[in-house]
Amino acid sequence: MERVKLDIWVGIFVALGIIAMFYMATRVGNLTSNDVKETYEVKAYFENIGGLKPRAAVKASGVVVGRIGSIVFDPEAFHAVVKINIDERYSFPTDTFANIYTAGLLGEQYLSLEAGGDEVNLKAGDLIVHTQDAVVLEKLISQFLYNSAGEDDDKDKD
Amino acid sequence: MNNILNFFEKLGASARSSLSGLGSCARLFFLTIIYSSDSFKRFNLTIKEIYFTGVLSLVIIIVSAFFVGMVLGLQGYYTLEKYGSSEAIGVLVALALVRELGPVVTALLFAGRAGTAITAEIGLMKTTEQLSAMEMMAVSPVARIVAPRFWAGMISMPILATIFSMVGILGGYFIAVLIIGVDDGAFWSQMQANVDFHNDIVDGAIKSIVFGFTCTLIALYQGLVAPPTAEGVSRATTKTVVISSLSVLGLDFVLTSFMFV
Repeated sequence: MERVKLDIWVGIFVALGIIAMFYMATRVGNLTSNDVKETYEVKAYFENIGGLKPRAAVKASGVVVGRIGSIVFDPEAFHAVVKINIDERYSFPTDTFANIYTAGLLGEQYLSLEAGGDEVNLKAGDLIVHTQDAVVLEKLISQFLYNSAGEDDDKDKD
Repeated sequence: MNNILNFFEKLGASARSSLSGLGSCARLFFLTIIYSSDSFKRFNLTIKEIYFTGVLSLVIIIVSAFFVGMVLGLQGYYTLEKYGSSEAIGVLVALALVRELGPVVTALLFAGRAGTAITAEIGLMKTTEQLSAMEMMAVSPVARIVAPRFWAGMISMPILATIFSMVGILGGYFIAVLIIGVDDGAFWSQMQANVDFHNDIVDGAIKSIVFGFTCTLIALYQGLVAPPTAEGVSRATTKTVVISSLSVLGLDFVLTSFMFV
């Protein structure tokens, strides 16, 4: 086969590979949907983070506004320190609530930000004071069992 | 007593020969790297090999990818449907293809389609003393024959694996959405929410590069060490497929345990 035709075929092959990679990055993967580029970092303390992982979504009203940066345990204060990277386009008041929720019944956990009413906004390095821990299913069940057992006792007294 | 000694002798001999094979394989790799600059000066040699290993493998890759994707779609649908989460079919197909099946099946097909051809070609060149003739003319066979094929394999394999994953996902889409009727939007949105570019797609690409390296180097090495007889070349071709397939499957386990933990 002459050289020009060969080059054309190899060119088509390589272009096909690039198109496939681009397709995978944009259509199959989430490269475009989570392009949180410029971020600022705030932190929050939690007694229990449940199954929250680094790079988990940070959502406000269900919209992804950032990612979890890192999660470490503070051995002196005995709580988890969660670094949160929030997209610079969004600012939140200083009395924002940070709650750990689960997507669906068995889905992965994410951090939900609920804006407060303060007029001063969070800056890089600030601390989110109001936090709510992840719900531990076993605790919930044992609480429920304890309560219903108590109800039974009350009925016996009557 | 003699039996035991015989056993240890055989064990030792097989260990020594497989180790020395690995060593010569590594030497071949370094030689290839050293002579690569010479072979890049005549890059059209490499382009010719890319045409052979890459472009001509496209048909088998695309057809098998489409069928693999369709089977994943069907089987995944029947299982997920029981749990009422048939929309997750997109995630299942995409993750299975991008992480595992894309690189691995492409590598197995690559070893069968391109690896055997490389071994047989080089083995026959050796049998007909073309390699010795080149050395006589002060043309390095490594620069002229080995390096272009090595780089062609390294370039073709990731491209083929990416195309495999893409076509496989389209095959899964064809079955799940167009034939069975899973919701179109849920299929793609669940996939995009759960397939990560850096953790899944890039790791899959790294796997395919490693497999391309392994398959090509094994094929080249088997061709070069093949005994210069008709039987020797045929044995070497068989060995290429067997060793490449086993190394790909073994390496896949190792890479997976490093990447996705």
